Amino acid sequence: MMRKMTFPLTLAAVAAAGLSRAAHAASGWSLLNMTQGVTAMSRQIYGLHMLMFYLCVAIAVVVFGVMAYSIFTFRKSRGAVADTSLVHSTMVEIIWTIVPVAILVATAVPAATTLIKTEDLRNSQLTVRITGFQWGWNYEYLNSGVSYFSRLDRASDAARQLGSGIDVTTVPHYLLNVDHPLVVPVGTKVRLLITAADVIHSWWVPAFGVKKDAIPGFVNEAWFNIDADKTGLYRGNCAELCGRDHGFMPIVVDARSKDDFQAWLKAEQAEQHPPAASAPASAPAAAQ
Amino acid sequence: MAYSDHAATAHDHDAHDHKPHGWRRWVYATNHKDIGTMYLVFSGISFFIGGTMAMLIRLELFKPGMQFLDPQFFNSMTTMHALEMIFGAVMPAWTGLANWMIPMQVGAPDMALPRLNNFSFWILPFAFTLLLSTLFVPGGAPAGGWTMYPPLMLQGGASFPMTIFAIHMMGISSILGAINVVVTIMNLRAPGMTLLRMPLFVWTWLITAYLLIAVMPVLAGAVTMLLTDHFFGTTFFTAAGGGDPVMYQHIFWFFGHPEVYILILPAFGVVSEIIPTFSRKPLFGYEAMVYATASIAFLSFIVWAHHMFTVGMPLAGQLFFMLSTMLIAIPTGVKVFNWTATMYRGSLTFEPPMLFALSFLFLFTIGGLSGLMLAIVPADYQYQDTYFVVAHFHYVLVPGAVFAIMGAVYYWLPKWTGNMYDLKLAKWHFWLSTIFVNVLFFPQHFLGLAGMPRRIPDYAVQFTDWNMVSSLGGFAFGLSQFLFPYIIWKCVRGGARIGNRAWEGAHGLEWELPSPPPFHSWTEPPSDALIQRGAAH
Repeated sequence: MMRKMTFPLTLAAVAAAGLSRAAHAASGWSLLNMTQGVTAMSRQIYGLHMLMFYLCVAIAVVVFGVMAYSIFTFRKSRGAVADTSLVHSTMVEIIWTIVPVAILVATAVPAATTLIKTEDLRNSQLTVRITGFQWGWNYEYLNSGVSYFSRLDRASDAARQLGSGIDVTTVPHYLLNVDHPLVVPVGTKVRLLITAADVIHSWWVPAFGVKKDAIPGFVNEAWFNIDADKTGLYRGNCAELCGRDHGFMPIVVDARSKDDFQAWLKAEQAEQHPPAASAPASAPAAAQ
Repeated sequence: MAYSDHAATAHDHDAHDHKPHGWRRWVYATNHKDIGTMYLVFSGISFFIGGTMAMLIRLELFKPGMQFLDPQFFNSMTTMHALEMIFGAVMPAWTGLANWMIPMQVGAPDMALPRLNNFSFWILPFAFTLLLSTLFVPGGAPAGGWTMYPPLMLQGGASFPMTIFAIHMMGISSILGAINVVVTIMNLRAPGMTLLRMPLFVWTWLITAYLLIAVMPVLAGAVTMLLTDHFFGTTFFTAAGGGDPVMYQHIFWFFGHPEVYILILPAFGVVSEIIPTFSRKPLFGYEAMVYATASIAFLSFIVWAHHMFTVGMPLAGQLFFMLSTMLIAIPTGVKVFNWTATMYRGSLTFEPPMLFALSFLFLFTIGGLSGLMLAIVPADYQYQDTYFVVAHFHYVLVPGAVFAIMGAVYYWLPKWTGNMYDLKLAKWHFWLSTIFVNVLFFPQHFLGLAGMPRRIPDYAVQFTDWNMVSSLGGFAFGLSQFLFPYIIWKCVRGGARIGNRAWEGAHGLEWELPSPPPFHSWTEPPSDALIQRGAAH
């Protein structure tokens, strides 16, 4: 549990080390908002998020404005005398009930529209079964015989051990790298069938706007369709507490062009099912 | 303990009460003030134990890489911090305040069921000793989150049955406490203290008590099913036997969502007492406040699944829970507007209770607005289980519930002790708390939106900067809290004597009693004139 070290000294050392690091790396400070992502869906979610955010800011400006005005104007120290008759106003109370109702109805419409789209699983072109386990993921490309496991990469795993002595800032993509990423084609509606082998996990890639729980014994569905020009690596994490190494269960998606994906899938099939292994299957055909 | 000093010396009129002295006074306590004091002291101790756990969490999260804690122990800390703060700190604080204030506010001599009151308090130290002792059993303390989702929770070691038994005990304590509140309010109100003359704190507690009676058995049922799944071969939450792990989440949150209103409704009551006092103006829209509280309580039963939008619910279910959740904004908005209107054209002064109430008003509203964002299902897919959620519920629970409790203590402490506390030091406590609670929790909004999941002991390096800010805010907030027991202790020991009415604008029956009040509050019912003067709305 707690390592036996002089506590205040350790704290001071950590603070000094941390602050000097913070002074060098400014990139973290600009991480303030949700990603817009690389799918039409994730951009729509981002738009909804910003709509709600600006709405909340507007409400806060009005409400906090009236509060601040009251606090600064009606001070006893400035000679304010309480108007004790001001205890009820049906008109005002109706207004501040009706206006929020109208605002909520106005926001519920785009929210419901987007939600309905996220649930539209028709016309998918590729299906991958994702199985969460303690602690990693299994990806299976349905009807192609390709499946493999995906875990935290070795460099991060070595660095994250208690007292490893490795400076984690030197590890590339610390805690966000895996040994075998999920490979998918861009410009394709990919359907995910998500389940789990042991406890509940949650598969989350912010850039796709997809987060879905992986529940043992049940299969959840989700989908994404990456923009055709957005090849690259997209990273995420398990989002549901799943035990000791929940924090060390990243997700990496390698989005490739359709051709590259097909080439990769063929190579994987060949590697996972070498021709020698398929010989017995062709034997009955030869006998006929 | 506050009481014994004065009772022994200054107030001879208490001698006829024949109360036991020494340890018997506390172990055999049947007096609402003594039991209230014990609840509040217990709550304070839990606050510091749970706070220590939070400090360990923020220490490990100060920078990336694992420095101090094993990941399993880190998970135990997040789990125990939540259980300790919710069931050990906030709920007993409200019960303590209810014990102290409800009989005084409704014109009763004591709580209706004094021995039950003793029992419901004394269960708690045993429940929490049991819970905390899990830190020392093989496998360590529970680490599956305070929500205790199966199947993860079922992997727990020796701590598993101990945690469940501790939760059963806490549940029994809460139910008994709630029954006592309901019976006291329904049966012991002074003649003339009609329901719509009751102070808002009494109203909100009455509604809270009904919520407690309704949902604590649901929690007990959920954890009992976990217990039988683990030890007796049932499969309530195992798909292989025809069960469903998500069913646990539905049952848990059917308890869990009303639970968050159990934590916050009495805070609404306290703020509705404090703001009129220091605005020198009756509460705006008293009846609307009562109805808004009741509406929130009703809605709290039909929104539970918004905690689980990513479990794969049918579209219709997600739509229903999104819309019902958005509805809560209406009565909550009414409350915020009423508090603001109470200050409007008032005559405001800014003593410590008012400062805490104002901080509540601003910061709880921020938590409420982020809650509105969380209701939007597609956006919630991105927020769910991130630090955005952590920021949201800490805004409603720390500057929400906890600040309201502090405001309540600073409001009624002079009444309880007969002494005024150190106002200057209390203002220091307020400013340090309010500044650092924001340094602590505001950056967590950024972290969550940028993609940092909650309940992780280590994180990718791009999250370092805001985590450091949050941790530094956390340490400063934690240290500032030592002022609170010191100020209370100093006030208990002595201070400027105050009259019946500690605050110029204070109304209500508790301010008609001497400070400190007699051992039995209203041995003779207050006159109708007194009740009228108190209920000046």
